[in-house]
Amino acid sequence: MAQLLERYQDLLLKLVLLSPVVVLLVTIATMVWRTTSPVEAGVAVDQPIPFSHKHHVGDDGIDCRYCHTSVETSASAGMPSTGICLSCHAQLFRDAPALAPLHDSARTGKPIRWNRVYDLPDFVFFNHSIHVAKGVACVTCHGRVDQMPVMVRHEALDMQWCLACHRDPAKHVGPLDHITAMRTLPPISDTEREQLLRMLQLEDRQRMTDCSTCHR
Amino acid sequence: MKRRPPLFDHAAVAVETGAGSLADPGRRRVLKLMAASAALAGSGCSEPPQEKIFPYVDMPEGIVPGDPVFYASTLLRRGYGIGVLVETESGRPIKIEGNVAHPASLGAADAQMQAEILTLWDPERSRTVMQGQRLSTWPALIDALSQRRREEEHTGGRRLRLLTGPVTSPTLLAQIREVLAHFPEARWHIHDASDSGTRAAAAERVFQRPVRTLYRLDRARVVLSIDAELFGPSPDGVRNAHDFMIARRQSPRARLYALESTPSLCGSLADDRRAMSPLEMEAALETMAARLGAAGVAARSPGPPAAAAQGEHAPAVPTVADPPWLDKLCEQLMAARGACVVAPGPSLSVRAHVLAWRINALLGNIGTALIPLEQEGAQPWGGQPDVASAQGGEPIYPSNLTKLVEAMHDRSVDTLIMLDVNPVYDAPGSLDFAEALQHVPWSLHMGLYRDETAHRATWHVPMTHVLEDWSDARSHDGTPSIVQPVISPLYGGRSPHTLASLLATGQTISAHERVRTTWRGLWHEEGDDAFEDRWRTALGRGVIEGVPGTVKQPQGSILDEPPPRRASTAGAPSGDALVAVFANDSNLITGEYANNAWLQELPRPYTKITWDNAALISPATAQSHGLHSGDVVVLTATDAPASVRAPVWILTGQADGVVTLPLGYGRGLGGSTAAGHGFDAYPLQAVQEDIPQRTRVITMTPTGDRHDFARTQHDMDTHGREPARVVELRRNEASRNATAAPPSAARGAATPALPPRSRPPAPSLYPDHEYNTYAWGMTVDLDACIGCNACVVACQAENNIPVVGPEQVSLGREMLWLRIDSYRDETRHRTQFQPMACQHCENAPCEVVCPVGATMHDSEGLNVQVYNRCVGTRFCSNNCPYKVRHFNFFQYSLTDPSSAAHANPDVTVRQRGVMEKCTYCVQRISHARIQSQKERRRIRDGEVVTACQATCPTDAIVFGDMNDPDSQVSRSKSSSRGYAVLEEMNTRPRTTYLARIDDPEAGLEDDDDRKR
Repeated sequence: MAQLLERYQDLLLKLVLLSPVVVLLVTIATMVWRTTSPVEAGVAVDQPIPFSHKHHVGDDGIDCRYCHTSVETSASAGMPSTGICLSCHAQLFRDAPALAPLHDSARTGKPIRWNRVYDLPDFVFFNHSIHVAKGVACVTCHGRVDQMPVMVRHEALDMQWCLACHRDPAKHVGPLDHITAMRTLPPISDTEREQLLRMLQLEDRQRMTDCSTCHR
Repeated sequence: MKRRPPLFDHAAVAVETGAGSLADPGRRRVLKLMAASAALAGSGCSEPPQEKIFPYVDMPEGIVPGDPVFYASTLLRRGYGIGVLVETESGRPIKIEGNVAHPASLGAADAQMQAEILTLWDPERSRTVMQGQRLSTWPALIDALSQRRREEEHTGGRRLRLLTGPVTSPTLLAQIREVLAHFPEARWHIHDASDSGTRAAAAERVFQRPVRTLYRLDRARVVLSIDAELFGPSPDGVRNAHDFMIARRQSPRARLYALESTPSLCGSLADDRRAMSPLEMEAALETMAARLGAAGVAARSPGPPAAAAQGEHAPAVPTVADPPWLDKLCEQLMAARGACVVAPGPSLSVRAHVLAWRINALLGNIGTALIPLEQEGAQPWGGQPDVASAQGGEPIYPSNLTKLVEAMHDRSVDTLIMLDVNPVYDAPGSLDFAEALQHVPWSLHMGLYRDETAHRATWHVPMTHVLEDWSDARSHDGTPSIVQPVISPLYGGRSPHTLASLLATGQTISAHERVRTTWRGLWHEEGDDAFEDRWRTALGRGVIEGVPGTVKQPQGSILDEPPPRRASTAGAPSGDALVAVFANDSNLITGEYANNAWLQELPRPYTKITWDNAALISPATAQSHGLHSGDVVVLTATDAPASVRAPVWILTGQADGVVTLPLGYGRGLGGSTAAGHGFDAYPLQAVQEDIPQRTRVITMTPTGDRHDFARTQHDMDTHGREPARVVELRRNEASRNATAAPPSAARGAATPALPPRSRPPAPSLYPDHEYNTYAWGMTVDLDACIGCNACVVACQAENNIPVVGPEQVSLGREMLWLRIDSYRDETRHRTQFQPMACQHCENAPCEVVCPVGATMHDSEGLNVQVYNRCVGTRFCSNNCPYKVRHFNFFQYSLTDPSSAAHANPDVTVRQRGVMEKCTYCVQRISHARIQSQKERRRIRDGEVVTACQATCPTDAIVFGDMNDPDSQVSRSKSSSRGYAVLEEMNTRPRTTYLARIDDPEAGLEDDDDRKR
């Protein structure tokens, strides 16, 4: 039987047959890239002011809620207004060049443009206040910020990580008076944990893992 | 109807997204774009943009980041105030709710109020001062205006005119008084396209002074609406609907009758409705007046000689000679003497309105169910001299538009200030305002948009939106409230108060200061502290406690004087002539909302037409003219060379021989959403005795052209499936045998119940769900739903629902989560409305077909849609028997700054390719759940209020926890009127309906020859 196709046609045919595989691979690569968090865990993000949590929390012992004022009442923890920074820095380190953007902001009335470190997708609705009210300590998600000279994301914030806690919250909650404490909690006894859970009244696992809990 | 070719027909999307050039791509262009995107795909790989956080510089008091703040303010409708709460998120107004404390709202809001947010953020609003076609500045305008003032001062303002819409604002009225005091010869004119003025003229004839009617429908046992849009988008529409439903829910059940030229919201709710032309209505009123005068008042008391006098004016028009239904109607009204309302509408003549006053007086309604209110700033018609009294404290009476146009034609106007009016577009065509404006050497227009009038005026100033600056207003019942700004002017507008002060004193003053000055004067408070306290209370509550207007009792002359004789028979059409009735559009009213895409895409209650208006005709009229829906006709006035080209729509329930022309369309300017849709009916409108006529005799000529309408519902027939059910009010025999059938006979009425379904609940192959905590559910009372569409727009605003444009609507791709279905009930000759959104079925057909688990049943019974899982197979929509799922065929959601700014941050903005639907406002449930969890309690009944429920003027929608036996929704669900739509599908919906109640004894006629 005579050869049906020339050599180059043969090659072309093979390439055409291969192309779906290539397209598939490219698609997968694109999807993986697109769904990857923009900020990896543990990577520092540039900020207009090299704010050190290590200094403020670790050295000075300022409570989280001094600056993040609405963490107990609102979905957003709240970023400190220029006024809050100035409550100390109107006196302290006034002439430090690093604080120039702060004083510029106070003078011009324009807010400081911080770069977001903890960035959730727009279809996720996280609420700080309920987590705090249910005994999830700051350190659980944000890590030891008292040891971070530059703020880095402690967790990759993927859904699996959220669900790990939502599926079994009892293991991840602590007493409410230790919420902002910057240390790993001392282990508590079984009776204490039982008491704690009775007080916290956590919702059942079904509710905690419903889509509508975080997505609207 | 012919469908448009679907291929590449996404012009609307292109317009919406600002990519106009994509409207009709040719082959070469598509190839170019493909090449470009391929190149971009290679080079454009970068990380998603780094998000910024902008904290406050100084945190305002009372603001918690992430929590909304509600401010009490006031919206204006034809100058009247309606109280609202504006939800702001980090300072951005995102949603409007009614204000429970305000008498015109009582917590509810209508579609236009809900849509006001979109107008506020509209990027096409006017931004710059214009001098003719050139850009100018505010200081330049101040200079020019000061010069005009100096010139006008020489003559005391003899050639100065001020044109505004209706004004109730005490501050603006005081300022106008200042202007008139400074320029004693100047005149103030009022133009209101939404009202004919016949109502006001008749009231003035009756009471010798400008008087308005305040309806108290909650006190009414019988309401007769005569082409009156009682529940329409008027300053009192929301309140009327609320009040009537109070009366309706009582026992005996209040009755509503409607005589109307075109189906209105009243007609759907009415126990009986009759379609007729305005002339026939006048004849009916005449007959009623004679009948009531003879049989009622005269027999009961010596009474005024009116009864006898009226005998002479017995029906002159043979069309409604003496039909039996009119007898019954009169009987009903007599039985409810002192507690009924006869409400005539703007299409009726002055004479008909006077007759209605007379009937109301004969029935003793005045002062009980119907209260005449005198209000300053009302427009006098005829009776009062055309003089504006400028003494402080005295009421000032403005003149009308016709007088102004006459003066302009006489070239006796040199300076014309137009405040928030657009007469070049919406003045009656016979006045030809545009032509008259050419004779005015210096004119200034202030408005939200650079509209038709702005383009022809010598100056244009952008105006602040009502939510952008301080003002005040009085509601329909005279209750004053402060207009509190919720955001600083977005596009550099100026307040009308600033302009008025510039005109009166030559000085600019902030609106805030001016409004406070007014109230400091009105309150006579001693000391600043007392004033500040009262001011803060007024701001916080959203109303100012005080005397709501002066009540004027009718004088004796109302019954003595014979009603004016019919002018002539000229008003009656002869031969094949028809009567055109101009009607406010149910969405755009008179065109002021034309650039509001939410209202443009909102389906009209009866026709379901979006983005368009149509000349409405009855099937008989269509047949006699050989017309089909969509045929384009030319409507020509019989007595003048005015004509309008319009497509017709055949509407069952329309009066024969009447062509209803909705106003507000056919805009040429005023924004890209406004322009290019529908036809403009104003050119056909005429003026008689200074009163803009709402009817005109016309002829209709087909042109042979066709027009496609973008509609959302194509079949009004239920095909025997009974989605909207009706239950008959049963009475026990004792009361049935009582004399006649006045409403009081219904006292023994038993609760109506639906017959039980023949089949027991079918078993399901799927396991039952268990709900340990909450089980959310909803009921919709079809007996209370008036089909006003407020819930639809409320849902759109709350849930970031995009608009798609007319082309996409005609492809059936509208995105509204909540729609109002209309079903024609041929046995009862009426249309029933049914709000329809996701039913949140227990056995949801959508859930089982989703290949990726993007639609799930949650532990509280919500059928949730997970956008980030959805891959867009559309299987769910295909399997949904209620057709309540909507697919984003294109990137419909806008992400430009102004759209993003008013989006609800608690709801995901959906992208192209995902399915979406009603969520039962899951964000509001979440909010309540988190709050209750923090307080360690259950969610209280009434704590979760869905957006549709919150805005409903008649409380037709009830939402709550079905696990709580005492909750409102549980009680509502246990009603004997309850049923589920398409129950036979065994979907077990969470949303159930309460059947409409039909009162057979309330009908006006035996079934033999009921009209449509």
